[in-house]
Amino acid sequence: MSTISIIVLLVLVVLTIVQVMRISEISSEIQKGKDNEVTEKDNNTQGTLMLIVGFGFVISVIVMYIVWGRLSLPESASVHGSEIDSLWNLSMLIINIVFFIVQPILFYFAFKYRGKKGTKAVYYEHNNKLELFWTVVPALALAVLIIWGLNVWSTLMMPENEEEPILVEVYAQQFNWTVRYSGGDNVLGYATVHEIAGGNILGVDMKDPASIDDIIAKELHLPVGQPIKFLFRSQDVIHSAYFPHFRAQMNCVPGAITQFQFTPSITTAEIRQNKDVKDHVEEVNEIRKAKGEDVWDFNYILLCNKICGAAHYNMQMDIIVETEDEFNAWLKEQKTVAETL
Amino acid sequence: MSTTSTTKNNHFQDHLMEEHHKETFVSKYIFSLDHKMIGKQFLITGMIMGIIGVMMSMLFRLELAYPEQSFPILEFFLGKWAPDGVMDPNIYLALVTIHGTIMVFFVLTAGLSGTFSNLLIPLQIGARDMASGFMNALSYWFFFVSSVIMVASLFVEAGPAAAGWTVYPPLSALPQAMPGSGMGMTLWLISMTLFIVSSLLGSLNYIVTVMNMRTKGMTMTRLPLTIWAFLTTAVLGVLSFPVLLSAALLLMFDRMLGTSFYLSDIFIGGEVLSYSGGSPVLYQHLFWFLGHPEVYIILLPALGISSEVIATNSRKPIFGYRAMVGSILAIAFLSFIVWGHHMFITGMNPFLGSVFTFTTLLIAIPSAVKAFNYITTLWKGNIQFTPAMLFSIGLVSTFVTGGLTGVILGDSALDINVHDTYFVVAHFHIVMGLSAIFGMYAGVYHWFPKMYGRMMNKSMGYAHFWLTFITAYGVFFPMHFLGMAGLPRRYYSNTAFPMFDNLADINILITYFAIIGGSAQLIFIFNFFYSIWRGPKATQNPWRANSLEWTTPVEHVHGNWPGDVPVVHRWAYDYSKPGAEEDFVPQNVPLAEGEESGH
Repeated sequence: MSTISIIVLLVLVVLTIVQVMRISEISSEIQKGKDNEVTEKDNNTQGTLMLIVGFGFVISVIVMYIVWGRLSLPESASVHGSEIDSLWNLSMLIINIVFFIVQPILFYFAFKYRGKKGTKAVYYEHNNKLELFWTVVPALALAVLIIWGLNVWSTLMMPENEEEPILVEVYAQQFNWTVRYSGGDNVLGYATVHEIAGGNILGVDMKDPASIDDIIAKELHLPVGQPIKFLFRSQDVIHSAYFPHFRAQMNCVPGAITQFQFTPSITTAEIRQNKDVKDHVEEVNEIRKAKGEDVWDFNYILLCNKICGAAHYNMQMDIIVETEDEFNAWLKEQKTVAETL
Repeated sequence: MSTTSTTKNNHFQDHLMEEHHKETFVSKYIFSLDHKMIGKQFLITGMIMGIIGVMMSMLFRLELAYPEQSFPILEFFLGKWAPDGVMDPNIYLALVTIHGTIMVFFVLTAGLSGTFSNLLIPLQIGARDMASGFMNALSYWFFFVSSVIMVASLFVEAGPAAAGWTVYPPLSALPQAMPGSGMGMTLWLISMTLFIVSSLLGSLNYIVTVMNMRTKGMTMTRLPLTIWAFLTTAVLGVLSFPVLLSAALLLMFDRMLGTSFYLSDIFIGGEVLSYSGGSPVLYQHLFWFLGHPEVYIILLPALGISSEVIATNSRKPIFGYRAMVGSILAIAFLSFIVWGHHMFITGMNPFLGSVFTFTTLLIAIPSAVKAFNYITTLWKGNIQFTPAMLFSIGLVSTFVTGGLTGVILGDSALDINVHDTYFVVAHFHIVMGLSAIFGMYAGVYHWFPKMYGRMMNKSMGYAHFWLTFITAYGVFFPMHFLGMAGLPRRYYSNTAFPMFDNLADINILITYFAIIGGSAQLIFIFNFFYSIWRGPKATQNPWRANSLEWTTPVEHVHGNWPGDVPVVHRWAYDYSKPGAEEDFVPQNVPLAEGEESGH
């Protein structure tokens, strides 16, 4: 059936092309090739279209902000994240101001100065003052963004810790995540791919005394309000540990250990009460209900955000942020590496 | 001096007369050494690659709108890789990878620079041909073979390369990591190696030609902005492509000879591999040392073309010629010291991140100057809306829209949360993809009469522009919102995350725009080929432009000008000059008595 419809479609396309060719041939014969000169009428039509479509585009951007603005991630669930969000808002404000000034001017000028017979353009080749003006203004705006941006970046990358951060190893492999807690000593035991065997999927070196109390888990639990230093490893290809709700991301690079530190500021239970999150969950569940899928409840997630192979699109892990007591209780239930191996 | 050059010209003409009759089909259309023919060869090859690249994007857009659903058309095109019409995740990644490779390198580098640098450099500077016609032909044939190999890699048993167009190792180095990293990846590397050779041969030729073969009076500050753009592009290519070549060679060594430049401590397929001591991040440094200048290798020719088209059709001098040249040079210089902004979250030293943030955001300044100068060129113009002019104005719009989000992505702190999301996809498709493709279309519509001696159909050009412009924004603007919702790129399907369920409608909308927009390109292809044979005959200077290419006869001759090469007396932008009778004064017209030379 589909083969027939494809053949029919192809025949129709060929017929259309032949007809169009005939028509344009006849019309170009009539006009003796003059149909390709841009006439005043063309300038009017195209100039008006510039105005209509151009402004239509600008308006549709406003509409998109209104309709899809709610899709953005909810408020940041980490301490540093709110600073990123403020910087984001300022940058967005600046670029939107420029956008909503420059685009309308562009399309308006295209319309306003559309060609008319008998008029001559103004010979205006340069104006140093004007050019200096629009070199300096962007430079000033950028100076603000650069200085603030670098400030946020350096506090984020080189955090000053009042208390010792909890060490958590995030381990990536095609196509899943595993986490390792450092246990009571807050030291992660040495691990290498050469030790991977049987149940020891992370290659923890059991000869290292620091390894014994390490805890391996398939769900990432974090205590709220405590700085957590993540150490990332990968055993095969590059993965990227992306924590969108915490405004955190770091690549996991085979052969190296990378790191990122953040302090979760909102527990899972709290964020589920957030209005944006509630709306989001409600919307998603309506869609899922219509498709006959399970009800979903919001969880923070860890995603892979660096192409890593066939199942890259489904490499994830739930993150649960809880109070310190809940976290400690959960940790106690977990078996140590020494117990499992 | 002038006597010798005239004698030389006479010799050249005699030579031409003798040669003229000996031309065969093969020497004229296939192994041609004439820059005009080579330009056309690049264009047609680039267009064929473009059709393949765009069709791929339509296939994976279909998959993204209706993930894991069955479509007979997918099985028709992909065969065993879409069993029962459902696309395989590996082939999704392969399509994304080859789409990126083809569009970035084969269409927007070779197709754009190859076509217009070849066609316009000799014509606009007043040269008989390129410095080395043979090298020029060689450049095309390396490109051709490279294209054939890239297309051939689509038919390899395990599928073509699929590690993303940046082919980061270890994913691209290990066949165990994904099927595409076997034979497909080997062919990818061979194809790219040949491509780089082609690019270097072309670029060296462009540089030498512009530096040495300008006609009398064609000083550097009288060059049309197209030539400035092509020259700068060629310099960027010569300085950065060799680094990609070395990256590719080292990757080949790792794959075939067991070296460990990029690989270390890998456990895959149940065993530890013997690689030790390498770093995948090294590859990224080498790749992006080309990769970022590459963005401007793509963009600058488009900006050059649009400068020319906007000035000609506004019937006004380009505003701020020197600032335009200065910003081209500034952008080119900065493009070499910003590559690290692709690598903020690779675990690179955070201090380096700070440096790259600083240099990256600086690029916004010359870019802003260019955008404002375009707009001021329109101001009080007498705009003639040719299809080329429409595409050029479209370019200014996309350049501004896409450039602005660069301010966000270039900021390391902000990049953390949108890195590798659809926000990035939106950004680079708008600022680089759309702007460059609009520039390329503007170039084709504008110089078609120079290439084929006929005019393209205007009405089809208008229809093509509006459909393309509207659908292009329709495809890429909504992607910003997907990115801000945290949706990663290169996901075969978003169904594994309930959190993204409410983005499905946007994905469907985007796909509709993509299919309409992709189909609209058929109008262009039809118009192009139809006009080659059936378009109305062009006059010598259909757009009433100033630059030298319009002083050549409509019918091509070897050596471009049947008589002497014209001498240049003024810059290329004396449009609507007070005192002049017409609203344009070609470059070869001497200054009138008492006339001040422009700019």
